[in-house]
Amino acid sequence: MTAIIKRELSSYFNSAIGYIVLAVFTFFSGLFFYMYCLLSNTTSMSYVFLSMLMIVVLVIPIITMRSFSEERKQKTDQALLTAPVSLTQMVLGKFLGAFLLYCICNAVYLIYIFILACYNSPDWAVFLTTMLGMLLMGGALIAIDLFISALTESQVIAAVISIGVGLLIYMLDSLSNLISTEWFTNFLHNISFDAHFTNFINGIINLTSVIFFLSVIAIFLFLCVRVFEKRRWS
Amino acid sequence: MIEVQNLVKRYGGVKAVDHISFTAESGEVVGLLGPNGAGKSTTMNIITGYIGATEGTVLIDGVDILESPKAAKAKIGYLPEQPPLYQDMTVRRWLEFIFDLKKVRLPKKEHVAEVMEIVKISDVADRVIRNLSKGYRQRVGLAGALMGNPPVLILDEPTVGLDPKQIIDIRKLIKSLGKKHTIIFSSHVLSEVSAVCDRIVMINNGKIVADAKTDELSEAVSGSGVLMLEVDGSVSAVRDAIGAVEGVKRVSKGAGQTYTVEYESGCDVRRGIFFALSKAGCPILMMRAGGLTLEESFLKLTQGGED
Repeated sequence: MTAIIKRELSSYFNSAIGYIVLAVFTFFSGLFFYMYCLLSNTTSMSYVFLSMLMIVVLVIPIITMRSFSEERKQKTDQALLTAPVSLTQMVLGKFLGAFLLYCICNAVYLIYIFILACYNSPDWAVFLTTMLGMLLMGGALIAIDLFISALTESQVIAAVISIGVGLLIYMLDSLSNLISTEWFTNFLHNISFDAHFTNFINGIINLTSVIFFLSVIAIFLFLCVRVFEKRRWS
Repeated sequence: MIEVQNLVKRYGGVKAVDHISFTAESGEVVGLLGPNGAGKSTTMNIITGYIGATEGTVLIDGVDILESPKAAKAKIGYLPEQPPLYQDMTVRRWLEFIFDLKKVRLPKKEHVAEVMEIVKISDVADRVIRNLSKGYRQRVGLAGALMGNPPVLILDEPTVGLDPKQIIDIRKLIKSLGKKHTIIFSSHVLSEVSAVCDRIVMINNGKIVADAKTDELSEAVSGSGVLMLEVDGSVSAVRDAIGAVEGVKRVSKGAGQTYTVEYESGCDVRRGIFFALSKAGCPILMMRAGGLTLEESFLKLTQGGED
């Protein structure tokens, strides 16, 4: 499994993808940091994080689009599937590879918080819960997009569907207000990433939200394994 | 050792592999021979655990590939038809990745260097795979299969697309590897299979049509032995003399002074023919074991004796 994680991470930086993702992430977070923190003289980074949600939804498909689709197209999955590695280990390896790249992207926030710390002491607890929220939510999106990538042979299709699904998830909360059926509104609200993420931004580690994101990760990685299992037997 | 028992693979209503059984003993090189689409690659993919079989079992050194896939896969080195290489890695990096992936317990640097030496790719060790020629890629793929010295090697058409020199190199390599490994090797080039393999398993339409030692195959297929002769003398005298020898089934005249003699398999008619012809005063200018060439047996089997 570590072999796969290592290979995934190095492949991001062997190609331009890793650098582009890092650059986009840094550029927009820097822009938002300047707009919401430096210009308005505040140490609260909550608006930065809220604005970054959109960027995360757009960037993660770029990270995950080739994970499985390209392997299948180039038939390199044969090396993985005939090696003494279980499907679960393979999928976990791919997930952790993408997740680590996402973590590296998020490291940029550390720079901002230290800049803020030079001027006034920021609320470290809130910062940490928010980071936890960012990582959990990102992980959930990565798992969903990996599953999408496992379904197709084309990177472009994987990316487009992933972005579509990501945007839909992003809008779930606003969509839920349009619906008058109460149980359905509640349902949409409960599966909305936005709503769960807001808890973390407010400095609350809500167990429900933590379990929610972890379950999304587990379910979609499991589905990913099933895709390969099914392909083997059909 | 590889034991394949009653393998069946159905795709929808089509049987790609239909009750295939064979074994490969340790240190044996078995050639899987068949026309395109015969089910060679499917069989190999099942043996290596890449796809599942509809029915049947595969045992690698007694370990079932379905029941304990990790243990079985650890014993196999697989070179698929298209080598599964990550284009963005250098040769060395890719081999190190396979080394880690297979969890090989040998000194890493030395082992990678040793394998590169065996397949002669040390000179391209630090080049990116994307920029390598087809022949080199094939060899890099083979190096991946050899990583960790697995007892079983499965090679799917390893010589396709190579130039003649490379083909000869790879054949030599497979032959030398065959001393230490059990090898299953597929091809649709007959001369190659006969040059490299101890045994040949012929597949057509997903079924085994022949399974025999390489040198016995043509006899097994035709059911009789064949001798080619060149004899000086009148045709009728030669025919009569040979025809009278015990065991001879048929004599047919070829071009010039050549004759083809079919005899019942199992009996040696050469001495009888020699004395009969010498008695008739017809000197033998040439005598050799003919037999169907592999090509002829192959066609005979795969076309189901239409001709």
